[in-house]
Amino acid sequence: MTTAAHHARPARHIRPAWAEKPGPVTQAGKAVAIAVLLVLVLMPFLVIVSTSLASNQEVVDNGGWVLWPSHPTTRAYRQILDGGIVTKALGVSVGVTLFGTLLSLACTTFLAYALSRPKVFGAKPALILILFTFLFPPGMIPAFLLVKGMGLLDNYAALIAPVLINVFNLVVLRGFFQGIPEELYEAARLDGAGDWQTLWRIVLPLSKAALAVVGLFYAVSYWNAWFHASIYMNSDHWPLQQVLRTYVIGGAQIADTGASEAGLISAPQTTQMAVLVIATVPILIVYPFLQKYFTKGVLTGAIKS
Amino acid sequence: MLPGLAYFLLFHYGAFIGNAVAFKEYVPFDGLWASPWVGVENFNRMFGDPDFWHATWNTLAIALLQLIFFFPVPLAIALLLHGLTSDLLRRFVQSVVYLPHFLSWVIVVALFQQVLGSTGLLNSVLGDAGLHAVDIIGNPDAYKPLVVAQVVWKDAGWGTIIFLAALMQVDEQSYEAAAIDGAGPWRRFWHVTLPSIRPVIVLLLIMRLGDVLSVGFEQMLLQRSTVGPGAGEILDTFVFWQGLVGGDTGYAAAAGLFKGVVGAALVFAANKVAHRLGEQGIYK
Repeated sequence: MTTAAHHARPARHIRPAWAEKPGPVTQAGKAVAIAVLLVLVLMPFLVIVSTSLASNQEVVDNGGWVLWPSHPTTRAYRQILDGGIVTKALGVSVGVTLFGTLLSLACTTFLAYALSRPKVFGAKPALILILFTFLFPPGMIPAFLLVKGMGLLDNYAALIAPVLINVFNLVVLRGFFQGIPEELYEAARLDGAGDWQTLWRIVLPLSKAALAVVGLFYAVSYWNAWFHASIYMNSDHWPLQQVLRTYVIGGAQIADTGASEAGLISAPQTTQMAVLVIATVPILIVYPFLQKYFTKGVLTGAIKS
Repeated sequence: MLPGLAYFLLFHYGAFIGNAVAFKEYVPFDGLWASPWVGVENFNRMFGDPDFWHATWNTLAIALLQLIFFFPVPLAIALLLHGLTSDLLRRFVQSVVYLPHFLSWVIVVALFQQVLGSTGLLNSVLGDAGLHAVDIIGNPDAYKPLVVAQVVWKDAGWGTIIFLAALMQVDEQSYEAAAIDGAGPWRRFWHVTLPSIRPVIVLLLIMRLGDVLSVGFEQMLLQRSTVGPGAGEILDTFVFWQGLVGGDTGYAAAAGLFKGVVGAALVFAANKVAHRLGEQGIYK
């Protein structure tokens, strides 16, 4: 594994002997650069969360946003989670994400395993066939016609089936499987294990890191998807992101024009921000657990391809 | 293996064949195969359509801006992070800068509206300081810089991963040797660091070139209405608007096919150039 050096690094990185200590100007420059980076990324999150927790009055008085709510309230959250369009969309999103991720992960694993073993009949042309789709995607209109032709409009399958396997994820997993020493496969074969058993007993337990990353990538893409829902689904079946798009991005214009004249119109601002937070939170929850695998997972794929 | 292959055959190659609709006059009632063939008429019409050329121009302009302003940022952040001696700080900054990559475009666009919109954070601060409000979100002239800024915010941190890995693999001994020969930090950077990570830089450049015509479809679609098609139309939204909204299916498919062919040709070309320059490129 090429990233072994990265992980073998001591917890406290020691300045190598050849490098001189940077001057005070360089150090100050670095500190400022890092501070700016952190503020640029974290500031919007703080504003969104604070605004969602503030009272309507405070938001209106402050002109549409709050940096730190003086009297935090969860009213906006209780309101939108009280059954209604957001609650329903949340259910759709969770369902599609769970089911889609499992299905995608399973299909990708099987295919990647087959393509990773030498001497599988037809593996080489299959791989070329697959990589070609990466270079030349079929296009929006034919894809739409296909889904429509299969009668999948307004069917949740339309949100999963057309994006079942991601070529990048496939290549990452295949690369990881290829990195497993050949001796282990041979040992399994000598013990009389078939392909399924080898995959289940040997390959999968060794590939937890890669599976975690690929699983996360799938989960994030299912969670974040809205475009397919917007063209394939009725508004009753919209996932959260599409609801967010309609209400927050679409609704923001109403608030923008109305806010200066009438405070009333910008009142739902807290609600909008609460929806935004709900759409973001699941990602923030899984993110820290999987973050350490990123470098490893992404790199195997990038290098092997 | 079979379900996966079936997926590719059906949803990629199956859909691919559907590109035939680009050579047809699509009649929804007749369906794809019964609709009459019209040869290259859709393409002729497309090449004579000023709206199509406008979308192409916007696409290229945004792609060029991204290439200039987006591409160096991950490299700069990677160099900054790589130079940190505190592991804890480096990990923390890394976690923070990767984060926006995992947010959907819906969330990113909403965030930008909150911060830069006419009633957003920036304008309240400007207002408090007694300055004029600036309308960045709704202003067609500001659209291109805005979308590039969004891409930088969302993905620059994520882009550092590959550079960091490349920096990790630079041979420590070369640095040592250079330092002994009296090379200062800048000369070491120029003569050791840059040459060592050049293959990665070239690889990423090629991949971006191949992607030139695909400047963020979702991102643009979300914001097209706030600035109007004049500034906001790119090839993908052109296809979407003509085909899925306007119902001009054959015509839109022609534009989509054109985009696909040119995109693939660009990858081939860029890879050729890389080989000429003695780099590995994406494939051999």
